[in-house]
Amino acid sequence: MKAMETFVTPTPSRVNYLNATYGLKSWLLTKDHKRIALLYLGSISFFFLIGGLYAMAIRIELLTPQADLLQSTTYNKVFTQHGIIMVFFFLIPSIPATLGNFLVPMMIGAKDLAFPRINLLSWYIYMLGGIVTIYALLAGGIDTGWTFYTPFSTSFSNSYVVAAGLGIFISGFSSILTGLNFIVTIHTMRAPGMTWFRMPLFIWSHYATSLVMILGTPVIAITILLLAFERLAHIGIFDPAAGGDPVLFQHLFWFYSHPAVYIMVLPGMGVVSELIANFSRKNIFGYSFVAFSSLAIAVFGFLVWGHHLFVASQSVYAGMIFSFLSFAVAIPSAIKVFNWTATLYKGSISYDTPMLYALGFIGLFTVGGMTGLFLAALAVDVHVSDTYFIVAHFHYIMVGGTLLAYLGGLHYWWPKISGRMYPEGWGRFSALVVFVGFNLTFLPQFVLGYMGMPRRYHVYPPEFQVLHVLSSAGASILGIGLLIPLLYLIWSMRYGKIAASNPWNLPGLEWQTSSPPPTENFELTPVVTWEAYEFAPAEEIQVVGKFRDTSVEEV
Amino acid sequence: MQTSWIPFVPPSASTLSGKVDALYFYLSGVTAFFVLLIFGVLIFFVIKYRRRSPYEIPRPIAGSHKLEMLWSVIPFLIAMSMFAWGAQLYFQNRRPPTNAVEVYVVGKQWMWKIQHTTGQREINELHVPVGRRVKLIMTTEDVIHDFFIPAFRIKADVVPGRYTTQWFEATKPGTYHLFCAEYCGMNHSGMIGSVVVMEPTEFDNWLSGNTNQQSPAVAGQQLYQTLGCVSCHGATGEGGRGPALGGVFGSQVFLNNGQTVKADEAYIRESIVNPQAKLVNGFGPIMPTFQGQISEEQLVQVLAFIKSLPAQGSQTRPTAPSPAGSASAAPSPAVQPAGSK
Repeated sequence: MKAMETFVTPTPSRVNYLNATYGLKSWLLTKDHKRIALLYLGSISFFFLIGGLYAMAIRIELLTPQADLLQSTTYNKVFTQHGIIMVFFFLIPSIPATLGNFLVPMMIGAKDLAFPRINLLSWYIYMLGGIVTIYALLAGGIDTGWTFYTPFSTSFSNSYVVAAGLGIFISGFSSILTGLNFIVTIHTMRAPGMTWFRMPLFIWSHYATSLVMILGTPVIAITILLLAFERLAHIGIFDPAAGGDPVLFQHLFWFYSHPAVYIMVLPGMGVVSELIANFSRKNIFGYSFVAFSSLAIAVFGFLVWGHHLFVASQSVYAGMIFSFLSFAVAIPSAIKVFNWTATLYKGSISYDTPMLYALGFIGLFTVGGMTGLFLAALAVDVHVSDTYFIVAHFHYIMVGGTLLAYLGGLHYWWPKISGRMYPEGWGRFSALVVFVGFNLTFLPQFVLGYMGMPRRYHVYPPEFQVLHVLSSAGASILGIGLLIPLLYLIWSMRYGKIAASNPWNLPGLEWQTSSPPPTENFELTPVVTWEAYEFAPAEEIQVVGKFRDTSVEEV
Repeated sequence: MQTSWIPFVPPSASTLSGKVDALYFYLSGVTAFFVLLIFGVLIFFVIKYRRRSPYEIPRPIAGSHKLEMLWSVIPFLIAMSMFAWGAQLYFQNRRPPTNAVEVYVVGKQWMWKIQHTTGQREINELHVPVGRRVKLIMTTEDVIHDFFIPAFRIKADVVPGRYTTQWFEATKPGTYHLFCAEYCGMNHSGMIGSVVVMEPTEFDNWLSGNTNQQSPAVAGQQLYQTLGCVSCHGATGEGGRGPALGGVFGSQVFLNNGQTVKADEAYIRESIVNPQAKLVNGFGPIMPTFQGQISEEQLVQVLAFIKSLPAQGSQTRPTAPSPAGSASAAPSPAVQPAGSK
């Protein structure tokens, strides 16, 4: 182990980004991307906790076919708020704003993001959006579903639609600014020798994500503005009596919200590429295919929104085109799964916690992706759309995919972020609990969906109860599995084992500096002479730059 | 296909349901295959290539274009087979047969109002016979709802300001769930009902047992009188200051902007609530709007009445003139272009 730590020989510095300055002000006015990442980490964890409490309330209510814990009005608010909080205030910022913020500069050998002040601004905008949304929840809540479908949201709902919409509208700008910052940083601030094709795949996926953030988010902003104008001033755009069209809203909403799925999952794919390569000490199989599939997903992701409207009176021919394109967008995702799997071939695979999460991700993302094909297949979608089949499918992508990748990444980079190790035994145990709990929660929902259980029902026919009870049981296991890391990560910040600068013995740039890193990330600007994921025999490691392996074999 | 023995599949009670199930089983099979393949290979690799010493560095492998091509093209071909199957089934089923019995459905927070052409009205219940094609013509008085019959594997949104349709042919007597599948507000999960499929003779008995209700066409005729349609369109739809209505349903209507339009449910509805949107050639914009004066259910009744009117011969019927005539038919200056209000 020790041998590899001399890789670039960092001088361990006692001063790091965490203890360089003290006081609340030094955090609230920081321009350091690493501190801003921690501000985000704290805030999204808070929102995740709120969203999780709503999820618990939903699962408890669904234990019985009658309404017992929650009556209709409350239940409708609870599932709406679960969706809004989780999608807009946890999933969308989750990986990019925390891990991305921390690691994009470090992985390419930069001192910070291109626009540190804008980075801080994006956190304040996010918090403002979050506070406005929390106000909407406390003032009386919102009951339109996170999808805000018109004309219910514009003319019928008596809840705080405009306030919640305003919160989402505001937080969208933080997304745009983060995307802008990443793109400029990746273009202009790579260290000498860090060519595009030497970049870790984490960077490629964040680049693709940033494109979607910049191009997609303005559309949801416009859509929410139109919704607010319609609700407050009745401009008629979504009202058929005034010549408008309520289905137009669905087109606009999904034009953003489908690409937003890729904002949520692409960074997760980037994390998993890192974990799979580094914990099997192998370069990624088909690096360029994995890199370009991220871009392909980002581009195709904009062309498939109509698959949310197969039963919404869309024309038959439009349905067929959107179905075709939706099948096409599945291919780049399949390429990634095959390449990750092939990377393990003849690797040196460790069973550390991050790797368990990565393996879990591949399995669950495969299930989520394959069940997406059911929804792209027109005739089957007609039957399962707006049922629990959909609910199960997107939770496999959002929770099984994004959340697992987020947790895996958080464990992987925790030594770098906090300077402490997390307890490995607890880590593996909770990863297993999460995997089991997750599957028990959401597998029964596929079955429920095909049997015809509609979503957003809290009163349901009694024959669905057994599967609902199974799902709720799984949710409680999942909840425990998520609580354990929360507790031990907080515990480890004070009591964890002190982390070495490169505890996993890896070649990535972020590991070639102390843990935690100094404010300026690197004492000297690194010069990159090796490819991404270039591992080498231990005896060659001592000499920097000489371990370009000539024995790379073609399969 | 026969699926009643398979667990976790809802009752199969229409000509479509078996076909959808077959595609579902194909998708499930392919999914199971790939999920097991990926899980199997992952577990195999993870065990076989586990780290045996902390210092081992495996030999790098660059990748393989052949393999990349293989696992791009094969999944693409499989995906295309799913696309073709799903699209073909959907395409077939989105085109209602012409000989179907029509049933009118109006959604409303939070109930389904249903009326048969023979006059029977139902709420949250739909009685249909086995072996006859039934076409639902649906709209809503308020928000978007969705008429979902899991046992028939059909579902379609019900959209304000539009008529949407879906059709089915029931195959098995029984009582099945009817759900609203588009979130519609407070009592969304209470907007449920049942579909009762009966043997044809039993169904005919049921129909004749409710004779005291007016058929929608008769009710529509009364509305036609009381709303004053009669003064311009004539007592039997023969026309006058307004275009003739006899036989207009289903025909091609020639508009004063040079376009033609098929007189379907959507066109008739629009011509009542927004008469200026599409003006029949030769007629001025004199008809007032009935928006707000007529409910969705009444609209459906007037529609049924107009549908029932026989053609009156060709003297005033606004069919498309010859192309030469259409070019010279100058619209009056007062006439607004289509779509404006």
